[in-house]
Amino acid sequence: MIALEPYLDLIISVVYVVGIVLFLSLFALFATWLERKVAGHIQDRLGPMETGGWHGWLQPIADAIKLLIKEDIIPAAADKKLFKLAPYLVFIGSLAGFAVLPFAANLIGSDLNIGVYYVIAVTSLVVIGILMAGWASNNKWSMYGAMRSAAQMISYEIPVALSLLIPVMMAGTMSMVEIVDNQAGGFWNWYVFRTMPFSLIAFVIYFWASLAEVNRAPFDLPEAESELVAGYFTEYSGIRWAMFFLAEYGDMFVVSAIAATVFLGGWYAPFPFLDIIPGPIWFIGKTAFLVFVQMWLRWTLPRLRVDQLMYVCWKIFLPFSFANLLLVGLWVVLKG
Amino acid sequence: MTPEEICQKLQSAGIEVTYHDTKPDPFLLCTLQSYKQAALTLRDDPDLAFQSLMSLTGLEWPDYFEVASQLISYQKEHRVTIKVRCGKDDPSVPTLSDVWTIAEWHEREAYDLVGMTFAGHQDLRRILLPEDWEGHPLRKDYSPQERWHDISLTSEPPKTTHE
Amino acid sequence: MSETKEIHIPLGPSPEKWDLLSKGIDPFGDQMILQMGPQHPATHGVLRLELKTDGEVVTKITPYIGYLHRCFEKVAESVTYPQVIPYTERMDYLAGMNMALSYVLAVEKLREIEVNDRVETLRVLVCELNRIASHCVAIGTFALDIGAWTPLLYLFQVREHILDLLEELSGARMLFNYIRIGGLAHDIPTGWIDKVREFCTYMDPKIPELNGLLSYNKIYIERLAHVGVMSQDVALQYGITGPNLRATGFDYDMRRDAPYSGYEKYDFQPQIGAGEQGTPGDCWDRYIVRVREMEESLKIIRQACDRMPEGDVKETIPKSLRKMPEGEVYVTTEAPRGELGIYLVSDGTDKPYRVKARSGAYCSVAAVPAISLGGLIADLVAIVASIDIVLGEVDR
Repeated sequence: MIALEPYLDLIISVVYVVGIVLFLSLFALFATWLERKVAGHIQDRLGPMETGGWHGWLQPIADAIKLLIKEDIIPAAADKKLFKLAPYLVFIGSLAGFAVLPFAANLIGSDLNIGVYYVIAVTSLVVIGILMAGWASNNKWSMYGAMRSAAQMISYEIPVALSLLIPVMMAGTMSMVEIVDNQAGGFWNWYVFRTMPFSLIAFVIYFWASLAEVNRAPFDLPEAESELVAGYFTEYSGIRWAMFFLAEYGDMFVVSAIAATVFLGGWYAPFPFLDIIPGPIWFIGKTAFLVFVQMWLRWTLPRLRVDQLMYVCWKIFLPFSFANLLLVGLWVVLKG
Repeated sequence: MTPEEICQKLQSAGIEVTYHDTKPDPFLLCTLQSYKQAALTLRDDPDLAFQSLMSLTGLEWPDYFEVASQLISYQKEHRVTIKVRCGKDDPSVPTLSDVWTIAEWHEREAYDLVGMTFAGHQDLRRILLPEDWEGHPLRKDYSPQERWHDISLTSEPPKTTHE
Repeated sequence: MSETKEIHIPLGPSPEKWDLLSKGIDPFGDQMILQMGPQHPATHGVLRLELKTDGEVVTKITPYIGYLHRCFEKVAESVTYPQVIPYTERMDYLAGMNMALSYVLAVEKLREIEVNDRVETLRVLVCELNRIASHCVAIGTFALDIGAWTPLLYLFQVREHILDLLEELSGARMLFNYIRIGGLAHDIPTGWIDKVREFCTYMDPKIPELNGLLSYNKIYIERLAHVGVMSQDVALQYGITGPNLRATGFDYDMRRDAPYSGYEKYDFQPQIGAGEQGTPGDCWDRYIVRVREMEESLKIIRQACDRMPEGDVKETIPKSLRKMPEGEVYVTTEAPRGELGIYLVSDGTDKPYRVKARSGAYCSVAAVPAISLGGLIADLVAIVASIDIVLGEVDR
């Protein structure tokens, strides 16, 4: 018999990674279906109803198959290597965020002691992929999309990071698991409701800024269909386009999951007696709710303009975040 | 004011213009020399105050070309049609694009479709048809070219393949 | 196996530009030429705008039109007078009734036909219905270009009701051929007026709903107020008419000030822009004028339903249009996208000698460069959407 002992860690890691990729794909499939349904019902129509019988539940599978067998077009004037590489880079950026998401106390890729810091770092990786896609497409609209995206993500990184610092300060740790553990015992212990109103403001700022981070409406300027055709993925088709799509839904999940972790008590139930329901269900449920809110906003609000986007970031979110941080710091010092 | 009064007003200002009482709509006919002056007077005279050019059309008649312009004065609530004619050998009339800006586009259209030219026009290019189109379709003797780049323009009946 | 054809795509600057570049002169400066259209989601068809951009700021705009040119004026010369009507409806395919009305009125004026009251009332009724349908698309696509998806679908529901009504009336949903020279194709079906009344009741709460959803949305106002301001002076210089002219605060509506087809019998208020959220004549004004115009149209429809006189709609249709009087006529009507003027010249034969259609949207496109320089690309998208062009009408 081969001794598995030395490889056990590796095997567990591989299984976990495969599991996460599978989960991400399944979630993206579900999210596309949900997005259509949400859009449909908001717009007073039904959305997909045919494929698969019950409310078109097979629609995402049909779409996935369609995308897989579609002709893969690479523009003649594109930078082929970068063009092919970009979607995977974007996808990796979003996948890497999953490593530190605590689905439950012991269901986490790696409980880094710098978990929050790590997430902020790896989600910025997406920018490089998007810039690469925009540049390699050799299309002016793509380039505009990429530039907008870079400007937007770099700007909104700051309010995101500052808002995330508030729970970190309150918990005194950057480890995701410890942050969640500090919120145990009912919804009144969740960070969003402690130190009212500062943490609530931080949560709101985080949520809006994270919309900009993942290029969702009303901050979907990089891919603004009516302005930039489709922004940085104008020239992509088939499976490469699907990778961007997968990454977008992956990103949506990641930013919502972080919000659920650091503000909404992670895997803990709102009332202690509900803890009999397993943690991952609470965690995914909270995240899915935030994802739903993201969709809700997308189908309700118009899009901002570039200068207004920057205005909101630098002149509203940023000062508020700083003031917030200061006041929470004071609160922590006085209390502790 | 009626078109007839407008005509008298122009004539009293020393502009060579004649009134044509055609049915149902009358028009004022300017000469090539008085055309521009008439347009300026129509726009600037406080009693006439034609603020806007509504339409400008090029027409081909058997003996001459003609430009018909419809003007409106919102302030005075009157409308008038002014015309100018030019010979077939030199289909050129003065431009109105410096009187009413929109004339620029209407004149480009007349150039494109009727083949008239407008002296003093800054940007006389084709507007509706491609730059390299041959001929001017609204001329009465126009016959379309056979090919434009790779596209055949003659209509052939579709080939039927079934026996 | 089929042989693949090598396609050569010219890369980079043209030879002349290369010459300049090799001498160390940058022919573009810091600016970039950007082709917006003809295949671009925000150009409402096939408009091409050649932009010069400095970053996202637009410094020069050259519109190119003609991609949807269907030779209306040429075709009109080679068909008989009644045969022109279907072609007019294909100009602004969103408002076919209004297009046909202008042409029909021109022929009637030339032929000196006086139609009876029922024909006039029905014409007003269908034109106003069509105007609401047309404004629904205008507002819906406007919102879409600003990034709000949902209003489009809501407005299309309203439009669907109107198209159903008009389909029941004429058999077609967009290209009706219902208004005929000297009358109408046929009388209305039984109970149709009641259905129109039902539609009015259905439509009433829709406009407050739209206002709540979109008109007074903070982001929407921020995007549109002070953007693309068209002064009255510019509007007059460019011959802008219709809602775009009224949005500048210029109080002129042909239906009230130069009534045709019996519009003087209706009580309604032309809507003008007042710069409520920004400057008079900005994009938001152009938007809200259309929304309020729908309410006014609804008023006219109600009145038309109430006063619907009896009569024969085919009474005055001429037996033959072989012999037309010689002469020329210019008739304009208030179409949803500005005045549609038909300049008709007859040489006495059964075919028009010359037909010129002066369209409101044509002038609006011409004015785009004048009102959008110095804005961002996103502003340009808003402006093109706000002037509400249908390329079918621009190119004819």
